[in-house]
Amino acid sequence: MSAVPAVAEPTGAVWLDFLKKWARIGGTKIFNFVAGLAILVALWWLGVWYITLDPALEHFRSFAPNRAIFEGIPAMWEFGGIQRGLGASGYRLGMGMLIAIAIGVPLGILVGRSELFGDMTHLPFQLLRMVSPLSWEPIAVIAFATWDRAIIFLIVMGAVWPVMFATAAGIAKIDPAWFKVARNLGAKRLHVLTQVILPAVTYDVLTGIRLAVGVAWIVLIPAEFFGTRAGIGYTIEDARENLFYDQMMGMIVLIGVIGYILDTILVQLLNRANWVRET
Amino acid sequence: MGVRGVRMKIQGLTHRYGARSPLTFDQIDLEAQRGEFLAIIGRSGCGKSTLLHVIAGLLRPTSGTVHLDSELVEKPSPRWVMMFQAPHLFPWMRVTQNVGVGLRFAGWPQKRIDERVNEVLELVDLRDFANSNVQDLSGGQQQRVALARSLVMEPELLLLDEPFSALDAFTRADLQRDVRSIAKRLGISLIIVTHDIDEAVIMADRALIMVGAPGTIYKEELVINLPDPRQREDAAVQYMRKQLMTAFYDAAGSAPSAVGRGNGPEAEEAAPVRDKAGAAPTKRRIVPAA
Repeated sequence: MSAVPAVAEPTGAVWLDFLKKWARIGGTKIFNFVAGLAILVALWWLGVWYITLDPALEHFRSFAPNRAIFEGIPAMWEFGGIQRGLGASGYRLGMGMLIAIAIGVPLGILVGRSELFGDMTHLPFQLLRMVSPLSWEPIAVIAFATWDRAIIFLIVMGAVWPVMFATAAGIAKIDPAWFKVARNLGAKRLHVLTQVILPAVTYDVLTGIRLAVGVAWIVLIPAEFFGTRAGIGYTIEDARENLFYDQMMGMIVLIGVIGYILDTILVQLLNRANWVRET
Repeated sequence: MGVRGVRMKIQGLTHRYGARSPLTFDQIDLEAQRGEFLAIIGRSGCGKSTLLHVIAGLLRPTSGTVHLDSELVEKPSPRWVMMFQAPHLFPWMRVTQNVGVGLRFAGWPQKRIDERVNEVLELVDLRDFANSNVQDLSGGQQQRVALARSLVMEPELLLLDEPFSALDAFTRADLQRDVRSIAKRLGISLIIVTHDIDEAVIMADRALIMVGAPGTIYKEELVINLPDPRQREDAAVQYMRKQLMTAFYDAAGSAPSAVGRGNGPEAEEAAPVRDKAGAAPTKRRIVPAA
């Protein structure tokens, strides 16, 4: 760029170039992103301000964003509530998702590939899918020895269906000619699975996993309200009982942020797995 | 690459899709020499594509046998591979991965796969596109990838199911010429099924006509002993084309089920349909002096 003085250090010039380009391309997007977030925080603040106009509700002042973010979260970090909570909840979410994927993907392949199996299981699966995962909680508590296992079961009951149905839908979209080509070139059943079916449905499976993580994340928090001694849900409930409203709100902010990060990671994976060219 | 052709012997081959379906084709007998290029011409729906699938082992015959050398064809094999109307490439694989997929099925080590794939890409003139996404290639280039994917297996027999019908005229002419010259150079046997009479004359050593429902192979066949490369506009090619066209209309007229069905080749030149019912079933070979 001619605007960059010739005497400038090369690395400096490169950086300046980069920043200018970044500002041009990314600037508007970043502005919109930050503006949206600012509006949300402003509305939150406004809400708390309006409620606390009533002197009787004065103690709700600690719901405000500044209190939650700059007092609640650091306080919880200090006594280790966030770390313990994320550790316990992360374990349950991870195990639940792993089991849901391990069951959902093979089931989805079966449903998609076998007409008989698909027809027979259609109604049962649809019925089970419509049951809110949390309604299994009383049964889970009786059936499983530990709260951990009961919560993992609830996550599986919520997450397995999106994974399964997305896999089956992906299988249904596979071009039958690909199987013919593979057989023609000497593919065994295992080759067809690993070289054709799995790569063909990866995108759909990930779409299902993305939906499932959303469901699991929603199921996880209320499932941790009772019985457990650690977890994000427990931390919120604990804060409420102790009237630490700033910590409670802080935890809610964290739930949103972590959910958003998980989803962003999955969107990145989805983009990488997408082999369909836009035309 | 040490490739050789194969002798083909088909006896009493009959096919129907289901117990209650009509016969697709009936009692087909056919032989081909090692390295011979055969064209089977017929209208859409005469069963020629099904016949090719049976020869490839992708479909089972209802009765009758296909022998390639002494081996009975019962299932698909990389030794007799088929190219389809569409390339059907795997869109999540790059060009090299698509070409090498059969070798991966065969359990080859990656290094040897790479070597062989490069050799074949050179052969089909796709070296510059080795790392392309197959979805970025033109139709003709994609069909070249499909050809490479077949050739990489060093097949003895290449079966072509109207593989150029979706391409533009120039690309089609290039591929017809290239596939013939490559397969001849490698010594592979070849069977092409087509409704394009020009294509049969340009690509084959011998052309057969398939007519009727159920399909049968017409008693007259055309030996195409023309030098390479063959051009559509060559007088000799045009002469052969005429011969084949005449034979085709004869065949359409003689086919038992042709009455009132308007059988005729793709090029709709209204030729008189002559009644040949009751003609002797012995094979007659037309060998025009080129």
